[in-house]
Amino acid sequence: MFVSLNWLKKYVDIDQLSPEDLAERITKSGIEVEGLEHFASPANNVVVGYVESCDKHPNADKLNLCQVNVGDETLQIICGAPNIATGQKVAVAKPGSVLPGNFKIKKAKLRGVESNGMICSLQELGVEEKFVPKEFASGIFVFPEDAEIGVDVTEPLNLDDIIMELGLTPNRSDALSMLGVAYEVAAILDVPIRLPHTDYHTDEEKAADQVSLTVEAKEQNPYYGAFLVKDVKIGPSPLWIRNYLMAAGIRPINNVVDITNYVLLEYGQPLHAFDFDKLGSNEVVVRMANEGEKLVTLDDQERTLSSEHLVITNGKEAIALAGVMGGADSEVTEQTTTVLIEAAYFDGQTIRKASKEFDLRSEASNRFEKGVDPNRVRKAGERACQLLQDYAGATVLDGVVEYDQLDYSEKTVTIWTSTINDRLGTNISNDQMADILRKLNFNYEQDGETFTVYAPTRRQDIVIFEDMLEEVARIFGYDNVPFTLPSGGAQAGGLTKQQELKRHINQFLEGAGLSETVTYSLTSKERVTELVSPEVAEKMVSSVSLAMPMSEEHSTLRLSILPEMLSSVAYNLARKQANVAYYELGSIFISKEEKVTKQPDEQLRIAGALTGEWLTHPWQQEKKVVDFFVVKGILEALFESLNIDVTFSQAKVDGMHPGRTAQLFINDRAIGFAGQVHPQLQKDYDLKETFVFDINFDYILEIHENEPKFAKIPRYPSVTRDIALVVDQSVQAGALEATIAHAGGELIKDIQVFDVYQGEHLAEGKKSIAFSLFYQDPERTLTDDEVEASYQAILEAVGKEHNAELRG
Amino acid sequence: MKEQLQALEKEALQKVEEAISLKELQDVRVAYLGKKGPITEVLRGMGKLSKEERPVIGELANKVRGQIADAIDSKKADIEAEELEKQLAEETIDVTLPGRPVPTGGPHLLTSIVEEIEDLFIGMGFEVREGPEVETDYYNFEALNLPKGHPARDMQDSFYITEDILLRTHTSPVQARTMNMIQGERPVKMICPGKVYRRDTDDATHSHQFTQIEGLYVDKNVRMSDLKGVLDRFAKQMFGEERQIRLRPSFFPFTEPSVEMDISCKMCNGEGCSVCKKTGWIEILGAGLVHARVLEMAGYDPKVYSGFAFGMGPERIAMLKYGVDDIRHFYTNDIRFLKQYHQA
Ligand SMILES: [Zn+2]
Repeated sequence: MFVSLNWLKKYVDIDQLSPEDLAERITKSGIEVEGLEHFASPANNVVVGYVESCDKHPNADKLNLCQVNVGDETLQIICGAPNIATGQKVAVAKPGSVLPGNFKIKKAKLRGVESNGMICSLQELGVEEKFVPKEFASGIFVFPEDAEIGVDVTEPLNLDDIIMELGLTPNRSDALSMLGVAYEVAAILDVPIRLPHTDYHTDEEKAADQVSLTVEAKEQNPYYGAFLVKDVKIGPSPLWIRNYLMAAGIRPINNVVDITNYVLLEYGQPLHAFDFDKLGSNEVVVRMANEGEKLVTLDDQERTLSSEHLVITNGKEAIALAGVMGGADSEVTEQTTTVLIEAAYFDGQTIRKASKEFDLRSEASNRFEKGVDPNRVRKAGERACQLLQDYAGATVLDGVVEYDQLDYSEKTVTIWTSTINDRLGTNISNDQMADILRKLNFNYEQDGETFTVYAPTRRQDIVIFEDMLEEVARIFGYDNVPFTLPSGGAQAGGLTKQQELKRHINQFLEGAGLSETVTYSLTSKERVTELVSPEVAEKMVSSVSLAMPMSEEHSTLRLSILPEMLSSVAYNLARKQANVAYYELGSIFISKEEKVTKQPDEQLRIAGALTGEWLTHPWQQEKKVVDFFVVKGILEALFESLNIDVTFSQAKVDGMHPGRTAQLFINDRAIGFAGQVHPQLQKDYDLKETFVFDINFDYILEIHENEPKFAKIPRYPSVTRDIALVVDQSVQAGALEATIAHAGGELIKDIQVFDVYQGEHLAEGKKSIAFSLFYQDPERTLTDDEVEASYQAILEAVGKEHNAELRG
Repeated sequence: MKEQLQALEKEALQKVEEAISLKELQDVRVAYLGKKGPITEVLRGMGKLSKEERPVIGELANKVRGQIADAIDSKKADIEAEELEKQLAEETIDVTLPGRPVPTGGPHLLTSIVEEIEDLFIGMGFEVREGPEVETDYYNFEALNLPKGHPARDMQDSFYITEDILLRTHTSPVQARTMNMIQGERPVKMICPGKVYRRDTDDATHSHQFTQIEGLYVDKNVRMSDLKGVLDRFAKQMFGEERQIRLRPSFFPFTEPSVEMDISCKMCNGEGCSVCKKTGWIEILGAGLVHARVLEMAGYDPKVYSGFAFGMGPERIAMLKYGVDDIRHFYTNDIRFLKQYHQA
């Protein structure tokens, strides 16, 4: 809502404050002032002049030589505007004046003839082109005949106005009118309000004799008032109306249209003007549209209506889409003489539906949608009649033809000073309460600390106690509310076990060298199926897609963090950032239904992606490129920090390198995977060799025990034996280790691979794996015999199970 | 004999002096003090001496031995010190060469901000709670006093999956769920951080996915002044002790009265500058007293219980605190951006 401060001054005195201070007060009291702009800039030495003569320039076809009376002198001015003519009153910038943009006017010679000033267009005086009336858009501005010669144009053209832009929250639609803003300012500044007068003479002829009214859609249209005015002379509206409309951001058209717009802004009540002679009948019928009914609206578009649209008809066909847009057939034109002014109350939801459907949001529809003030509907019609009488030569027919089932009742809200203070933490007295209600212009009855408040109908937002609590708080001032801390019993705040574990894992992975990412949960339909962990793929039935995505790119909820993360890795690669190590802890969305009807399961996963060099130290010739074992090392250490045993086993996962991928298990339950992205997919994403992991966080949380158990520090030394075994190349270290652990007995505390070899000195198809075995008994020193017995048992077992031989 | 010993002493001391290594020194020791050495030889010939001479020569011989041994020990210490010095000189490295790098990672800026806010409110007795990102229309809207057709639903155009399921547009449904679970049996004091989603085209100030932290405190006798006190503490801890706050009336469907909180602009100290659009204040969060209908729907009697709620955007806070100029930076994951915020 754009508020002209000059206009506002008609209703309330605001001169006591600077515009900035006024804006600050309004903002602090509840309506945010989003901007404070000059409408134009005050003119400097620009006055109203009378064009006494206008002849062709002797040396230039397109220029005119004018003699302009500016009061104290007559100036010869050369003017190139196409609309200049003798007898006009125009804005004259005298020599020495400065126009916006620091444009200095000097005496000059144009094609050999002297010119002593400039005749100005509104744009040259700083008015934005889009607000300038069409007839003056490509030429100079012409004043009405009654303009006084020689006066400064600043006031007549409202050039010094300041426009305040209000950002209105949905509850404050009362401020969608100048009167609403005036009530607000009156309450804040504690000043009286002056309401406009709406008195006019009426003709003997009765409106009811000329037009009949039937409202069929009673629920959608509880009030309809038709005013009739005749003998209308279409022409420009008075300058002050045009000025205020331009200041409010509306381009003036003609007196009838301008007056309906003026009243719309003043009262917040949209009106519609029909050319009565083009109505097509003498009746107005308001009903729901017929299915498929057609209407050509003012913008010359043919609209196909449905039974959900409210229409004004002439008894036969639609002549307006109620509250949204009039019909082209009954539009007011230059030839119009009799006008039917519609002042109505239309149901907000009905109007919203239509304006949304046809994409016809307007000043009018916006106000109907939010609900207009019942007490201003008829009043606005009367105000329009008065203005038409005063400024369009209209004769107003007697009476208003109306249908009225509108609820005018004021909502009653009871408030108690003590309850208000309890809620606000304040110490407001009964007298202060009464004073606040008076400032708000609310009627009330007081009985001690009990106030029965009658919320005025302009404030449809006030319904319950809390609404009044808000009114009191904002007029009392939030700055006057003290600072306290909750007095309720001290409660220990904290993180849940889940959040603590998340933080632990984050910190661990960050310490291990990974950077956390936050990627989008919404991915594309194509990407969503990529790199889904096998145990997730097994569980899910469908992916979860948006009904109306904004783009294909973000249309489906992720089943893995990896696709979006890999896109981020590729983004970095494209910017010469070749070394990237990422992790993210976030949700995936698993639906177990063919067609989604329930919320999907949300599972937290920990994913990571690593590419490029892991560690380089060039001058010591050290360089480690990310490989499977870098990733595995990080994960092993992570699980060790969680005191959880995890096993890795060779696996095939879609989108992953078939020979370099492991599935992870905890207690035989699949929890995710790790490995290299398949070279084909790497190419798709524009990646180099990239290693990833994706693990079920929720399961870790389920089995993780917060408190580490105490284990005694061993007092007796351990014994180490090495064993190097030759096996077929297909035998995996993990399998050998499992056999060793089983056969070696409980004295074996740890088994570590220290060498893997194949090549020279070994038979074709064979490899050697060497383990260090650590024996220990916490209670005593081990004997050589015990260790030897275990060693022999191991040899026998690996021979039997893996065809392994001791390396000679 | 006496002369013989004195000559030996002189000769040995000379050799000790000349020795340049521990090996040579050891050779001198063996040569002069060993069992087959010349001093032993001399002493063996003592039998030929008179009774009076014997002790004199014996004493002299011991003295000579002692002199030589002392000289050797002293020389040995010298050589050892020299050799150590030499070894250390050889071991000297160029300490200006670069060290072996350690892979380093760190948290995302949003996580850092969220955790900072979490810890701050935990300190004031708040629990941290989370909930689903895919919500039902009921918890996302209806339980928060936003029935179907409510105009405020336009304010946050949402991503629907079905008519009743959508991506949550705020984290308030977590509050509705928590209150619903407790059913008015005890107070609630919680904050809920999380991802939220709205139908916005991604640009410098909008993101279809962003982060929110909302807070809720419901108890007997919760007052607007308590909200003001808690928010003031938050603002001072988060943005600095010198910051002032102010509350302005606003509108949210789930609170009444509703307010917006501004903090005094850090750039200009409230004088007015381009950052604060010349107002001296910067909008930080929305808040208010929990709407009576929201309390009722969650099973709290609004005559007995009251509460306050607030909600803020960590992206906005990060942008204000660190001058991040484009919200998309948070989701692009440019490693150069991420690493800027890894320092504590
Ligand atoms: Zn500032």
